[in-house]
Amino acid sequence: MSRLRPPLNSQDHLLGNPDARIGLVEYGDYQCPHCGRAYYMVNSLVDALGEDLLFAFRNFPMSQVHPHAFRAAQAAEAAGLQGSYWKMHNLLFENQQFLEDEDLFHYAELCRLDLGDFARDLDSEPVTARIRADFLSGARSGVNGTPTFFVDGERYEGSWELPGFLAYLTDRIQGSDLREPR
Amino acid sequence: MALEPNKQAPDFTLNSTPDQRLALRDFRGKLVILAFYPADWSPVCSDQMALYNEVLPEFRRLGAELLGISVDGVWCHLAFSKDRKLRFPLLADFEPKGEVARMYGAYRPGDGVSERALFVLDREGIIRWSYVSPVGINPGADGILEALEALQQGRP
Repeated sequence: MSRLRPPLNSQDHLLGNPDARIGLVEYGDYQCPHCGRAYYMVNSLVDALGEDLLFAFRNFPMSQVHPHAFRAAQAAEAAGLQGSYWKMHNLLFENQQFLEDEDLFHYAELCRLDLGDFARDLDSEPVTARIRADFLSGARSGVNGTPTFFVDGERYEGSWELPGFLAYLTDRIQGSDLREPR
Repeated sequence: MALEPNKQAPDFTLNSTPDQRLALRDFRGKLVILAFYPADWSPVCSDQMALYNEVLPEFRRLGAELLGISVDGVWCHLAFSKDRKLRFPLLADFEPKGEVARMYGAYRPGDGVSERALFVLDREGIIRWSYVSPVGINPGADGILEALEALQQGRP
């Protein structure tokens, strides 16, 4: 069984309730069309499960097949340094066809970022190192394509279409009433 | 059944391109990953090879070379490799078909293709880790990375 290493933690980009009963981690690529579809699915999960879900996104850019993926991940991480990670993340997935540098700077403007800082951070060592670290943690955890999801640290092998995934998580939440907290 | 750890990996020579042949013994002194897979172009194989292509720098950092092997011919490999921008060799186990896969116990006679089987060899060409994945499942890279790290650290 492939297990998430490191586990979901406070260094992750987190969305939702830190004390939620379910921890969901996605390894994804901003240029991957499947991840583009999964983005809308995840938003629906977040809406539907509310306080019961904590979601984290980690970078898994497939740079050889998606030449803009790594750069887009840099934009998200650079925006994160100005507190706008999720705004940028959303813009990237909602505009997957447009990931040239010009587009990334346009999104930075929409996020009201300091563009000088953004430009500097984009290529900075901490940003690129974090993306590489995310990628390797994914490879070590058994990510075998994008998107790959981990539910409470275990690789999720089922369908990630909304009805199936939501039903699976809902069952788990109901089951977790009988278990120790996560 | 696939060859298990602690056996000498059978030597072989196969074409990697129409005019280039690679022999396993040429890789002595390096760690080697043999990735047998059923077929160029099939969805799962494509994802698996794309993944290994991305993880390749880490495999190399750990001192390993990766060889992909299927029963497809050299021209098919060439087209597949070019299309997917693969940066490691694909070997054609083409004639006699699947002979190398059979030596490793990784051939599926009914299907006429190899298993989705992974082998990690040490610097002396001894198999140190092997894994046969269900044919429809992409095994990922975690098992390989773990095996390479164990070898780097001199663990059994």
